[in-house]
Amino acid sequence: MLVSLNWLKQYVDINGHTPEELAELITKTGIEVESVAPIAEKMTDVVVGHVQSCEQHPNADKLNLCQVDVGEETLQIICGAPNIASGQKVAVAKPGAVLPGDFKIKKAKLRGVESNGMICSLQELGVDEKDVPKEFADGIFVFHDEVKIGDNAVELLNLDDIIIELGLTPNRADCLSMLGVAYEVAAILDQPFTPQEEVINPVEEPAADYISVKVEAPDLNPYYGAFIIKDVKIGPSPLWLRNRLIAAGVRPINNVVDITNYVLLEYGQPLHAFDLDRFGSDQVVVRRAKENETITTLDEQERILKPEHLVITNGEQPTAIAGVMGGADSEVQEDTTNILLEAAYFHPNAVRTSSKDHGLRSEASTRYEKGVDPNRVNLAGKKACELLEKYAEGTVLNGVVEFDDLNREPEQVEITTSHINERLGTGISDEEIADILRRLQFGYEQNGELFKVTVPTRRGDVELFEDMLEEIARIYGYDNLPYTLPGGASQAGGLTLHQQLKRKVKNYLQGAGLDETITYSLTKANRAEQLVSREVKEQAKAAVRLAMPMSEEHSHLRLSILPELLDSLSYNIARKQTDLAYYELGTVFISEEEQVIVQPKEQLRLSGALTGEWHVHPWQQEKKSVDFFVVKGIVEGLSELLDLPLSYQQAKLPDMHPGRTAEVFLNNQVIGFIGQIHPKLQNDLDLKETYVFDLNAEVLFDSYEIEEAFQAIPKYPSINRDIALVVDEQSFAGEIADTILEAGAPLVKDVRIFDVYQGEHLESGKKSIAFNLLYMDPNRTLKDQEVEKAHEKILSAVKERHQAELRG
Amino acid sequence: MKDRLQELQSEALGKVQQAEDLKALQDVRIAYLGKKGPITEVLRGMGKLSKEERPVIGQLANEVRETISEAIQTKQNKLEEEALEKQLEEESIDVTLPGRPVQIGGPHLLTSIIEEIEDLFIGMGFEIKEGPEVETDYYNFEALNLPKGHPARDMQDSFYITEELLLRTHTSPVQARTMKQKDGHEPVRMICPGKVYRRDTDDATHSHQFTQVEGLVVDENIKMSDLKGVLNAFAKQMFGSERDIRLRPSFFPFTEPSVEMDISCKVCGGDGCSVCKGTGWIEILGAGMVHPNVLEMAGYDPNVYSGFAFGMGPERIAMLKYGVDDIRHFYTNDIRFLKQYHKA
Ligand SMILES: [Zn+2]
Repeated sequence: MLVSLNWLKQYVDINGHTPEELAELITKTGIEVESVAPIAEKMTDVVVGHVQSCEQHPNADKLNLCQVDVGEETLQIICGAPNIASGQKVAVAKPGAVLPGDFKIKKAKLRGVESNGMICSLQELGVDEKDVPKEFADGIFVFHDEVKIGDNAVELLNLDDIIIELGLTPNRADCLSMLGVAYEVAAILDQPFTPQEEVINPVEEPAADYISVKVEAPDLNPYYGAFIIKDVKIGPSPLWLRNRLIAAGVRPINNVVDITNYVLLEYGQPLHAFDLDRFGSDQVVVRRAKENETITTLDEQERILKPEHLVITNGEQPTAIAGVMGGADSEVQEDTTNILLEAAYFHPNAVRTSSKDHGLRSEASTRYEKGVDPNRVNLAGKKACELLEKYAEGTVLNGVVEFDDLNREPEQVEITTSHINERLGTGISDEEIADILRRLQFGYEQNGELFKVTVPTRRGDVELFEDMLEEIARIYGYDNLPYTLPGGASQAGGLTLHQQLKRKVKNYLQGAGLDETITYSLTKANRAEQLVSREVKEQAKAAVRLAMPMSEEHSHLRLSILPELLDSLSYNIARKQTDLAYYELGTVFISEEEQVIVQPKEQLRLSGALTGEWHVHPWQQEKKSVDFFVVKGIVEGLSELLDLPLSYQQAKLPDMHPGRTAEVFLNNQVIGFIGQIHPKLQNDLDLKETYVFDLNAEVLFDSYEIEEAFQAIPKYPSINRDIALVVDEQSFAGEIADTILEAGAPLVKDVRIFDVYQGEHLESGKKSIAFNLLYMDPNRTLKDQEVEKAHEKILSAVKERHQAELRG
Repeated sequence: MKDRLQELQSEALGKVQQAEDLKALQDVRIAYLGKKGPITEVLRGMGKLSKEERPVIGQLANEVRETISEAIQTKQNKLEEEALEKQLEEESIDVTLPGRPVQIGGPHLLTSIIEEIEDLFIGMGFEIKEGPEVETDYYNFEALNLPKGHPARDMQDSFYITEELLLRTHTSPVQARTMKQKDGHEPVRMICPGKVYRRDTDDATHSHQFTQVEGLVVDENIKMSDLKGVLNAFAKQMFGSERDIRLRPSFFPFTEPSVEMDISCKVCGGDGCSVCKGTGWIEILGAGMVHPNVLEMAGYDPNVYSGFAFGMGPERIAMLKYGVDDIRHFYTNDIRFLKQYHKA
């Protein structure tokens, strides 16, 4: 809402405040001021001039040589505007004047003839192109009104105004009117304000002779008032009215249209003027539209209607979509003489539906959608009649023809001073409450600390005690509230175990050299089901799709973090950042239904993607690229961190390298996978060798057990033994290690692989794996024979299960 | 014999002096103190001596041995010292060469901000709550005083999956869920960080996915001044003790009264500058007293319980605190962006 300060000052004394101070007060007390700006840049020496003569320039066809009386002198001015004529009163920038854009006016010679000043267009005076009336769009501005030669044109044209732009929240629809703003500012500044009464002088002829009103949908249209104004003369509106429209960002058109727009701005009540002679009947019938009924609206568009749309009809044809836009057929035109003026209350939902369905949002529909003041509907109609009498030479007929089923009863809210203070934490007195209510111009009956408040209907947002609490608090001033902290039983805040583990895992991965990312949950259809771990795939029927995606890029909820994470890698590599180690801890969305009905399961997963160099130490010629075992090491570290035994099994998974991928198990359940992404996929994404991991973090966290008991540090020495085994090259070292642990139990506590060899001195198709075994008994020193016995048992076990021979 | 011993001593000491390395010194030791050495030989000839002479010569022989042995030891220490010094000399390196790099990663800037907020509120006795990102229409809107048909819940603003399910548009549904969970009588003191989604085209200031931190306190006798006190404590710790806060009226369907909280501008200290658009204040978060309808729907009697709620955007806070100028930076994961904020 654009508020003209000059207009506002006609209602309320702003008490010497600067516009900025006023804006600050409004912001702090009620409504956020988005900007305070002069309507035009500062100008000097622009006055009203009278064009005494206007002749063609001797040396130029398109220029005119004018003698312009500016009061103290007559200036010779050359003007190129097509609409200049002698006898006009115009805005003249005298030599020495400064116009917007720091445009200085000097005496000059044009084609050999002296020109002392400039006759101005509205654009040159800083009026926004879109607000300039059509008649002056391509030429100079001409005063139609009585103005005195030599007077300050800047003031006359309201170009010294300040515009305060209000950012209204949906509840403050009352301030979509200048009267509403005036009440608000009056309350803030504690100034009096009473709106002027509407004064009309109707003739005796009753309006009812010309029109009848029938409402068939009173739920959507509880009030419809029809005024008849005869013999209007269409022409320009008076300067003051046009100035106010321009200040509010509304382009002046003609007196009738301008007057309805003006009343909308002042009262917040939309009005519609029909050309009575083109209305097509003598009856207004308001009803729901018929299915597929059509209307051609003012903008020349044919609109197809539905029963949800409320229409004004002449008994047969729709003549307007209620509250949204009138029909072209009954539009006020240059030759209109008789007017049917509509002042109505349309239900917010009815207008919202129509405006949405037809993509038509207007100053009118915005106000109806938020609810207009039921007590101002009729007054607004009267105000328009008053102005049509004055400025369009109209004759107002007697009475308003109406349908009236409108509830105009104000809300009653009871408050007590102590309740207000309990909720605010303040010590406001009864007197202060009474004073605030007086400033707000809310009616009340006081009985000690009890106030029975009658809320004016212009404030439709105030219904509850809490609404009154806000009114009292904001006028009292939020700055005046004390700072306190909540009392009551305090609880120990803190993180849950899961939340602690999240942080622990993040810290570990960061310490291990990975950077955390956050990618989008919404992804492309084909990506949503890519690189999905087996156990997720088994549960999920399909990736969840949005009903109406904004774009195909973000149409599905992810089942894996990896595709978007890989996209981040591609993004960086395209920017020459090639060494990347990323992880993300985030949600995937698993729906077990084909057609989603219940909320999908949200599972926390931990994923990572690494590519490029891992360790680089240039002057020592050390260089290590990321490989499978870098990633596995990171996951193993995680397993150690959480003290959860993870195991790995070679796996062939879609989009993964068939020989460099393993599924990760916890307690014999798949919980994810690690490995290299398939070289084809790498190619598609413009990636080099890239390794990933994807784990179900939720299972990891659920399985985590807090170490309660202290484990004693072993007192007895351990014994180390190495064995090298020759096995088939297809054998898995991990499985052999498992066998060793099993066969060596309980003495073997740990098995480490320290060498893998293949080549010379070995039969082809064989490899040698060297293991280091740790024997220990926490309660005593082991004897050599015991170790020897265990060792034999191990050797026979690996021979039996893996055909492993001791390397000679 | 006495003379012979003294002669041997001075001869040996001379050789010790001359020995230039540990080998030569070892040779001296073997030559003079060994079992076949001259001193042993002298002692062997002691049988020929008289009873009186024997202990005298014996003692002298021992003294000579000790003297030589001591001299060898001293020399040995010296030689070893020299050898070590030489070795250390050879081992010296260029300490100005760069060390072996340790790979370190870091948190995402939004995580840093969110964890900082979490820790601040944990310090004030708050719990951290989480909720689903795919929400029911009921929790996302209805339970928050946004009944069906309410203008603020336009289909155009949300990502719906079905008529009843959508991606949550704010973290506020966790308010309703937490209150339900607390069964309408236990006090609530929680914050809820999380991802939210809106139908916005991604540009410098909009993102279809972003994060929010929601806070809620419900108890008997919660006052608006408590909201002001908590937010003030938060703002001072998050943005600096010299910053002031102010509340000004606003509107949210789930709170009444509703306010926005501004903090005084760091750049100009409140005098007005381009950063704060001349107002001296910067908008940080929205807050308010929990609407009685919201309390009631969650099972809390609004005549007994009251509460306040607030919600803030970590992206906005990061942008203000660290001057990030484009919200898309948070989601493109440019390594150069991520690395910049590891210390944040
Ligand atoms: Zn500033």
